[in-house]
Parts: sequence; C-alpha cells; structure tokens
Amino acid sequence: MSEATFSRIAAFGGVYSNHLALARVIEDARHRGAEALLCLGDLGAFGPHPDRTPAILRDSGVQTIRGNYDDSLARGLDECQCGYTDPRDNYFARLSYQYTLRNTREENRAWMGTLPDSLRLRLGNRQVLACHGSPRQMNEFLWESTTPTHFLERLCERYEADIILCTHTGLHWQRPLEGSRLFANVGAIGRPANDGETNVWYALLDEGEPPTIEFVPLAYDHQTLADEMRDEKLPGEFVETIETGWWTTCLEILPSKERRRGKY
Amino acid sequence: MRLNVVATRPDVPVQPLHALDHLWFQVGGTLCNLECNHCFISCGPTNDSFGMMDLSQVQRLLEDSRRLGVKEYYFTGGEPFLNRQLLPILEATLRYGPATVLTNATVLPARTLEELRRVDQASLYSLEIRVSIDGASPATNDPIRGEGTFARAMEGVRGLLRYGFLPIITAMQPETGGESFDDFCQTLRAAGYKHPRIKLLPPLRLGREIVRSRGYTEHERVTREMMDGYDDSQLLCSHSRIATDRGVYVCPILIDSPAARLGDTLEEGLGPFPLEAAACYSCYLYGAICSNVSASPGQA
Repeated sequence: MSEATFSRIAAFGGVYSNHLALARVIEDARHRGAEALLCLGDLGAFGPHPDRTPAILRDSGVQTIRGNYDDSLARGLDECQCGYTDPRDNYFARLSYQYTLRNTREENRAWMGTLPDSLRLRLGNRQVLACHGSPRQMNEFLWESTTPTHFLERLCERYEADIILCTHTGLHWQRPLEGSRLFANVGAIGRPANDGETNVWYALLDEGEPPTIEFVPLAYDHQTLADEMRDEKLPGEFVETIETGWWTTCLEILPSKERRRGKY
Repeated sequence: MRLNVVATRPDVPVQPLHALDHLWFQVGGTLCNLECNHCFISCGPTNDSFGMMDLSQVQRLLEDSRRLGVKEYYFTGGEPFLNRQLLPILEATLRYGPATVLTNATVLPARTLEELRRVDQASLYSLEIRVSIDGASPATNDPIRGEGTFARAMEGVRGLLRYGFLPIITAMQPETGGESFDDFCQTLRAAGYKHPRIKLLPPLRLGREIVRSRGYTEHERVTREMMDGYDDSQLLCSHSRIATDRGVYVCPILIDSPAARLGDTLEEGLGPFPLEAAACYSCYLYGAICSNVSASPGQA
C-alpha cells in the first residue's frame, strides 16, 4: 500500500463559503494534533464571498475533494447538482448557486476542476476512503435514518475500505460496522446541524482497536458571517439559519426522522 | 425460475438493473376499500389479481435483500393497511432499513396510529407514510377517488400529524390544467399541516385511467435513440424491483403485465428489462415517479 499513514485525522465537509468557520476548524484540528486535514467538498453555496475558502484550503495544505457544487462551478453548469426534487428546495438552491457562480473567480473554478472525487489514506493499519456523497455517487444522500447498516457494509466491501467518510447531507452521524469497520458522515462546517445551536461540527479520527471517530462542536464568529451575508444581500432565510441554528431552506429532502428534529 | 424477458421490437432499449436500491412489496395485493377511477392497476374491493403478502414471505425477502444491499423498502397495494399483518411487517422491515407505506389514509383508526407510532419510535430508520389525495378539495378529489374520500383522507392526515408523523401527500395531476403545488400547500396548511410534504405525479395511462382520460398513443414509447445521453438512473427499473405474492416483477406500475414478471425469487428478478411497455414512457419523461425523492442509484 502506498497511501500515507496517520494516527489522527480531521475531516470536514460542506464549507458553503463559511470562511470564518473553516479557519477555526483548521486551527482547532491542528491544536488537537490532527496530522492530516481532509475537506470532503462543497466549498461554495449558502454563504458569502466564495473566493475566500479555496485560498484558505490551499494555503493550509488541506487535502480537498471535489463535491457536486465544486464540480458544477468548475464545469460552469447552470445548477448545483445537489439532487433536490422539491420546488421549494430548488428555489433556494438556485439563488445560492447563482450567487456563488457569479462570485467565484475563474482560477478558483479551474482549481476545483482539478480536485479528486475521492481520497484514500491510512489511519494506523486501516484503509480510509473519503468521498463527497458516497463512494458510488457524488451527490448521494446518506442520512442516518435512511441508510441501512448492510448497505454500508456492502460499500466497504465493494470499495475495499475499512472506514468510509462522506458529507453532502450536512448532518453528522456515524455507524460502527462488522469487523471494527466504520462509516461516518462528517456533516458540514458551513451551517449548523439544525439543532438550534450556532456551532458547526467536524470529525476527528483516531487509530486504535477499534479506530474511533469523535464529532467536535466548534463555535466561530457566526455573527460576523451573518453580517457579511446581509451585506451581500443573500436571502434572509440563510442568515436566520446561521443566527439560530435551525435550517430554514432545503428541508424537503430530509427524511422524516431528521426533519422532526428541526424547527421547520 | 428466471424468466427470459425479451423485447419484441428491435428498437426497444434494454435497461440493466444497476443496483437493487429500492425493494417494493405489493403487500396489499390488489385489494382496496376505494375504487379510484385513475388506478393504474384497477384495485378495488373485489380485485384479487394479486393477494396480500404475509410476514413470513416478507421476512424471507428482507433476508435476501440484506445480501443484495437494498437501501429502502416500499409497501403498496391495494390498500396496505387492509393487510392485518402490516404492522408486524413494518416492524420487521424497520430492523433492516427505512420503510415507506403508500396509503389512502382512510383506514387509520387510533389504535393503528398508536401502534404505528410505537413501531416508528423503536427504529433507527425512518418510516414514511405517503397519503394519496388527488385534488386539493372535495370538488377535485372526490370525482377521482370517490364520494367523501377527501374528508376521510384529510382526517387520516390529521390523525397522522397528531401521532407525530409527517405524511408525504402524493397527488396525481394532469400534465396541464391541474391544481398547483400552492393549491395543495394552502389546503394542507389550513388543515393544520404547517410545513406540508408534497409529491405531485403525472398520470399513468393504464388500468382505469384509460377509460377516465386516455391510454398511451402508439408514438408514446421509449426507443433506443431516446436513450442517447439520457440519465438512465431516472428509470425505476434501473434500481428497483417489486415482490408480490405471485413472484418478482420489474416495477409497481407494470404488475398487470405478464411480460413484467421476472421470476419467483429476488435473485431471479435481477436481470435486464426491455422498456417495451407504453408506461415506460411516463417513467422516461418524469423520472423516479414512484420513489420518495429522486433516484439515487449507483453501481454497488
């Protein structure tokens, strides 16, 4: 095996242009001794000034995967490929994507096109596969309440991985699998986890028998982000989510268990 | 026995199953307490073309589905809640993965709702209830689903809400001139459903719908040429199969067609399928019409 080997890894996804949370996550993860930092994609969307996040990721040496948003921006597509089907979800997805496409420089879009769609590395003696939606589809939603354990075990076998990491849904969860294998959706650092708290979440993985994943809640200057969003005339619904911790848009895609935990 | 399903015309595309993501169960057979005049498999109080499935049949299929990596389970009919074993069936299913029931919500007494809530709360996985209402008012719904059905179904929706469910209201609407998404939103909000979940479907020109409006024309067919550049993950048969008491069929829409029967077991039902049926045209045009959300199939 030629992949690099680490004993502690930090992984996060769904940056959604939240450059303030991104800077805090990098700082916090380094402080906690993470030897490698993985960003699982969707650098833009939702938040302000989408050109700020690529620079931070590059300057900090974060290993970054191309998510569906980054793929759309790189290819200049007219939609984000998020995979929404409800007109209410698509309305806000379109507003967000149009703003992000308009405000992302060509050089950053080109860089996004060079990013890999998955990464492999080792955590101790375990093979880690990091991807955006799932190993088989960039925009697959893997929610906790709609993803059977046997389905995840099949993915581990098919893709020869002991630990699979993904994002795309924006909600973090993990599931132990047979043979000390693990699956985790690392959630998003771009917006809160629809729990009424303003912090965001990232994941810390440690080698061991079994390997472990800890989700880390992280406060950041969310008020400044909200102010920037207002200055950029982003929808008030997006600002409300940053200020309250409750999702206000793109909710129709949620399965019922996840939906019931939120306010809307 | 695996059946050899072949196309009868040379320009018929043949669709492989990429992954068995969705497993459907014709759990209510074709028995229904309603007799909707757009029903694509003509279900009703006397239709016994397909029988109900029992717990042991479903349990065997669930065990097979684990090996095949199935991601979601769907239960339809007929009216699934007429099946006295539905609740134990759902309880068993929710140990494997998420389940969705398609119902007319007119046979949901409090004791059923209570038990349904218990089954839902005991599981890690989501239990979705999809309620068919085909108009935003009695004036538009009842001519299709029967006198008084709007009021009865809305009572069912209110019951589901009282017991903590967030039903997905599913309405079949004509391509033009139907009621809007907002019409349904307003009706449901007025009934106390603050953030209604809604799924609008195109008509399927089969069964009684042929009499109500029309069948497919001879030009409404999927051809090989139409598949060029088409995202075939939109087709239900690329990621789903349906189990019935009479074997495994390609999809819930086509169970009335003997050509759609693929075999006796799930394993036998995994082969490719020619998109020869006229209704394949609706699936082609609208994509993922049967699933809760758009298709998310893969190659696993």
